[in-house]
Amino acid sequence: MSLQTTSSQTVGPYLHIGLTWLVTDNLVAPGVEGDPITIEGRVTDADGAPVNDALVEIWQANRHGRYPHPEDRGSAPLEAAFTGFGRVPTDPQGRFKFTTIKPGRVPGAGGALQAPHINVTLFMRGMLRHLTTRIYFPGDPANAADTVLASVPAERRATLVAAPVAGQTGALEWNVRLQGEGETVFFDV
Amino acid sequence: MTSRPGNLAPRALAGYRPNDRGTQPDLLYPPYASTVKRAPSQPLLPIDATLSEITGPIFGYDRIHANDFDLTKQHAGEPIGERIVVVGRVLDGNARPVANTLVEIWQANAAGRYPHPRDQHNAPTDPNFTGAGRTMTDERGYYRFVTIRPGEYPWRNHYNAWRPAHIHFSLFGPAFATRLVTQMYFPGDPLLEYDPMYMSAPDDRARKRLVSTFDWESTIPEQALGYRFDIVLRGRDETPMENYLPGGVK
Repeated sequence: MSLQTTSSQTVGPYLHIGLTWLVTDNLVAPGVEGDPITIEGRVTDADGAPVNDALVEIWQANRHGRYPHPEDRGSAPLEAAFTGFGRVPTDPQGRFKFTTIKPGRVPGAGGALQAPHINVTLFMRGMLRHLTTRIYFPGDPANAADTVLASVPAERRATLVAAPVAGQTGALEWNVRLQGEGETVFFDV
Repeated sequence: MTSRPGNLAPRALAGYRPNDRGTQPDLLYPPYASTVKRAPSQPLLPIDATLSEITGPIFGYDRIHANDFDLTKQHAGEPIGERIVVVGRVLDGNARPVANTLVEIWQANAAGRYPHPRDQHNAPTDPNFTGAGRTMTDERGYYRFVTIRPGEYPWRNHYNAWRPAHIHFSLFGPAFATRLVTQMYFPGDPLLEYDPMYMSAPDDRARKRLVSTFDWESTIPEQALGYRFDIVLRGRDETPMENYLPGGVK
């Protein structure tokens, strides 16, 4: 028996009432392995105006490339404290910031390992269904062979790769442009 | 497709089926004005399911407090308004229950007002009502909330625009690919056909599935009317393993 998926509807402007109780801007709980890094950025619309009412969620593997989920039957170590989940609302300037660790490589299509990446979900007023995208890491040699990155037109690939913040060790910047010049690549997962 | 007798590796992953046409709104839907500057102009790029999409965050009961499901018991006094019970079952596209998954809700108070700095509607807030709840589905996929019936309220999308009474729902399901945020409406609401959010669901049957039904079974005598709202998350593909059985070319 096959059922049709319930229609998505927007989170609207008052999402904070229902969703900020679970704000998680730091995934590096005591016991989580790896060097803490920060990923910060800004969400902007077609005019480049900041989106101050978005919610950004992330889902990622631990430093060994293991997801804390029963479908990941890998043998890599998994810390009990690692949840892999983050959620932050954007601030009045459209900014968001996570503290996390760089994930390890996880299997991809055909069994080849994917480049380290963080899965991102975006919700906001004016968005009738959420958007999904990925954050990749600058200078990672695995990026060149990543099948998802390779499926993206070369001229748009940079929208998925974070940039180092000059002068700050472990700090990365990754911005979301919803529409227009430099439009972020969004995926149909 | 090439037959690969005896070769079971690498194991292909069973991903989640695409949603059926007509069930999901377009990202650009001009009747809802805010989509115009926020919808991507480029088509979404399809990617094959990997471990990243078939896994997803899991939340335990430890995150949920005793009164989180009862929005009428979160303050010192009783909120103003008509008490209601909202129950439903969360299923996947293969009609299997989605057990132990987090359900988050939020809604306006009985006067159609949110306790939120951006809500400037000239209607009273209620010191006894925040309008946020959460719970986990049980082993059979059921959830239950006690709340008050939310009020309709005006918004500035177009002239004389009013949102029908609604409750926002947020669900995770078992995977990154099953995340869903939606809204539940009430039966017989005359505002539905004027509401661009409700009307953004392309198919009339899809829209009707967003409308709860009066539910005598969950109605509490002399206390609260019951409404039922079932939710369907994406279903998973049948495992592709059969393609690799000896001689088993589809």
